[in-house]
Amino acid sequence: MDFTLHIWRQDNNKSSGSFKTYRALDITPEMSFFEMIETVNEKLECNGAGDGRIALEYDCLEGICGTCSLVINGVAHGPNRGVTTCQLHMRSFNDGDHITIEPFRAKAFPVTKDLVVDRSAFDRIIQAGGYVSVNTGGAPDANALPIMRDVADRAMDAAECIGCGACVAACKNGSAMLFTSAKVSHLGALPQGAPERSKRVLKMVDQMDAEGFGSCTNQYECEAVCPKGISTKFIAQMNRDYMRASLSRED
Amino acid sequence: MSLDSKIPPGPLADKWTNHKFKSKLVNPSNKRKQKVIVVGSGLAGASASATLAELGYQVHCFTFHDSPRRAHSIAAQGGINAAKNYQNDGDSVYRLFYDTVKGGDFRSREANVYRLAEVSSNIIDQCVAQGVPFAREYGGHLANRSFGGAQVSRTFYARGQTGQQLLLGAYSALSRQISLGAVTMHTRVELLDIVVDDGHAKGIITRNLETGEIACHAGSAVVLATGGYSNVFYLSTNAKNCNVTATYRAYKRGACFANPCYTQIHPTCIPPTGDAQAKLTLMSESLRNDGRIWVPKKAGDKRPANSIPEDERDYYLERKYPSFGNLAPRDIASRSAKEVCDAGHGVGATGVGVYLDFSHAIKRLGEDTIRARYGNLFHMYQKITGDNPYEVPMKIYPAPHYTMGGLWVDYNLMSSIPGLFVIGEANFSDHGANRLGASALMQGLADGYFVLPYTIGNYLATEKVEIADTDGEAFKQTKEEAVSVINKLLSVKGTKSSSHFHRELGKIMWEYCGMSRDDAGLKKALEQIPQLREEFWNDVSVLGDNDSYNQALERAQRVADFLEFGELMCLDALTRTESCGGHFRAESQTDEGEAQRKDDEFSYVSAWKFQGVEKTPELIREELNFENVELAVRSYK
Repeated sequence: MDFTLHIWRQDNNKSSGSFKTYRALDITPEMSFFEMIETVNEKLECNGAGDGRIALEYDCLEGICGTCSLVINGVAHGPNRGVTTCQLHMRSFNDGDHITIEPFRAKAFPVTKDLVVDRSAFDRIIQAGGYVSVNTGGAPDANALPIMRDVADRAMDAAECIGCGACVAACKNGSAMLFTSAKVSHLGALPQGAPERSKRVLKMVDQMDAEGFGSCTNQYECEAVCPKGISTKFIAQMNRDYMRASLSRED
Repeated sequence: MSLDSKIPPGPLADKWTNHKFKSKLVNPSNKRKQKVIVVGSGLAGASASATLAELGYQVHCFTFHDSPRRAHSIAAQGGINAAKNYQNDGDSVYRLFYDTVKGGDFRSREANVYRLAEVSSNIIDQCVAQGVPFAREYGGHLANRSFGGAQVSRTFYARGQTGQQLLLGAYSALSRQISLGAVTMHTRVELLDIVVDDGHAKGIITRNLETGEIACHAGSAVVLATGGYSNVFYLSTNAKNCNVTATYRAYKRGACFANPCYTQIHPTCIPPTGDAQAKLTLMSESLRNDGRIWVPKKAGDKRPANSIPEDERDYYLERKYPSFGNLAPRDIASRSAKEVCDAGHGVGATGVGVYLDFSHAIKRLGEDTIRARYGNLFHMYQKITGDNPYEVPMKIYPAPHYTMGGLWVDYNLMSSIPGLFVIGEANFSDHGANRLGASALMQGLADGYFVLPYTIGNYLATEKVEIADTDGEAFKQTKEEAVSVINKLLSVKGTKSSSHFHRELGKIMWEYCGMSRDDAGLKKALEQIPQLREEFWNDVSVLGDNDSYNQALERAQRVADFLEFGELMCLDALTRTESCGGHFRAESQTDEGEAQRKDDEFSYVSAWKFQGVEKTPELIREELNFENVELAVRSYK
């Protein structure tokens, strides 16, 4: 299979970028999307007169680390549902296709280089309150506090978020509500997270706003591209938690 | 030189308790003045950083990822062992200890392994307190499963994403300490070298991957939590960026590297499809509970699986190991798969693969039961291969998965360089020659949460360490050397990418230093690797400069280290002329062709001390003494 790639190239977050066109030739349907781009990169890496390697990020290649971050033909993580870019294979495309490849775009995700963006805003949202304040040691026996199985399952549904940021890239408002609500709902559902439930949601939402993420207008684009199928019901849950916590806000 | 393992005296069960009591403590007001450098933010690194910060130390944590949540611990699927005995099925600390020592084929230290089993229970308590959503029973208590051939159910899990949930738990504890200002997090910063002055680890040299800035960081102690080196094979189940650079550069600065040839090859991975393959994907071993492994009896039989009649199939594991059958241990299952493929029975277009067939299980239990048990794994398989495993058998093949070898550490997890601690997969300490399933997560978190925080205190209190001046001679010189490696790479201006050399190295390692090794093959590898390395330094192409985000440069540096490290692995494999744990030495087998361990000759740890790149390293032996367990011979017949 042969493809024509239109790839976003940008030196750093201060320069402006543009699309450049490359050809990917002799690709097999079994190849993953990144293996396909790497065939182009191998040539670029050895051509002193060319543009150099296309910067891009991927790591686990199993859809769990959340490192990869491409918008392919306008869709975060590409055409298939429920997968990350690293789980996309070339059999999902037709021979001769033109493929447009861009970084995740959002105000809060500045471009580091080419297809790589800075998602440290997500870390700062977690740092604002996405934890249970417990030190190592002194934890009670793990079975001391039974937790209903469906509660644990619901927490796990939310906890599956891999922090890739596709939800932000897909949202026309660049909102991080799905990401933030997943952590708020995971910890809020469990008794261990209950004491800090109000404080947590207020601080995390404040941080989300401070980072420049937009608001949610219920378009559900985030849920559609989420590789882990995180449900927007968690956004509703977070809104309820936030309302309740706001009523008793002290600061 | 000799190595002192510093194993405390006394009965096995009391060693750790006594040792903790005898370890000196650092006064709380002095902890604030001590700065600990932690490299790596996986299970071991994140848990250690968080815990040390809680204790009051200044912690600086470094990762080359964009976030501490990305480390490859996140990809562990199966679970984590703990001797809780919640199932009342006869588990105990002693049984977990015994299973781990036996699983490691009697090549690990009793005292370390006992401690690991001892703290395993605390890990589960800690993780639950952090909000890790482990699987539960309807009564609300934690669920367990049996894993990797264990006779008891001691494995805790969170769907198929246990590693992810445990790492996110450690990441949340780390994030809390970052927000409190107790941990300074350095993301997209890669370690280039360790600074050793006056015989002690004094700090590290790093490169900021975005700006290229080379910086010096001084600390009271340095902790490496940088993972394993399976990517020396190029194709492995490790993440693309996993590398040996941190531990190998520490080795070049004088830290001994122990048992580098101990690698684990996982039997159930998705086979490679061609040369462009970037990595191999692991499928959970639990699939072997219901799947039957077979190949066509006739070599070169290319008929589709479903049109090969029963009597023309060779269920080779069931045939050779009637009592364990498809659940034979990892090394046996892996080696048997390579054997049948090398003999021409391999399936699929490449002939590299064997069938894992669920049709019998589906007939017996119904598709719904199989879907409930393995739905997510079948889904993952179908996404990657395009085949539907409910209808046609899966194709699997072994792949490097975990490395038991690593930097040598004593009971305190300190390397042979005082002040340099090594935790998690990066050290060699607990798994011997083979690791049991669901024990990697346990070891990473044991080291980080419950062992290192005690032992590092004793070092800091005893040595009364002064934090060095980064303008000093040692830092200046180490930094210059790190810069010169970068400049050298940039100045080659050759014609081939570093990935090309990495692939070539991988082929040599897989062929000659994979799961089955022999004298002639290893000697061949030891000839080929230096040649490949020379070619690399004459012909690698690294474009761009050091002063920007340059992924070609990052990769080239890691490949350069693998090209030296591969030689060390082969040398270690060459000298260990016994079959043991995860590796099979052709010259050491029984009359039936099974692995033969040689306890009289090889009951020791091989620790290698660097003497120079083109020189043979010195082999230092740490004898292993077994006072509590009897060295048994494995039999899975």
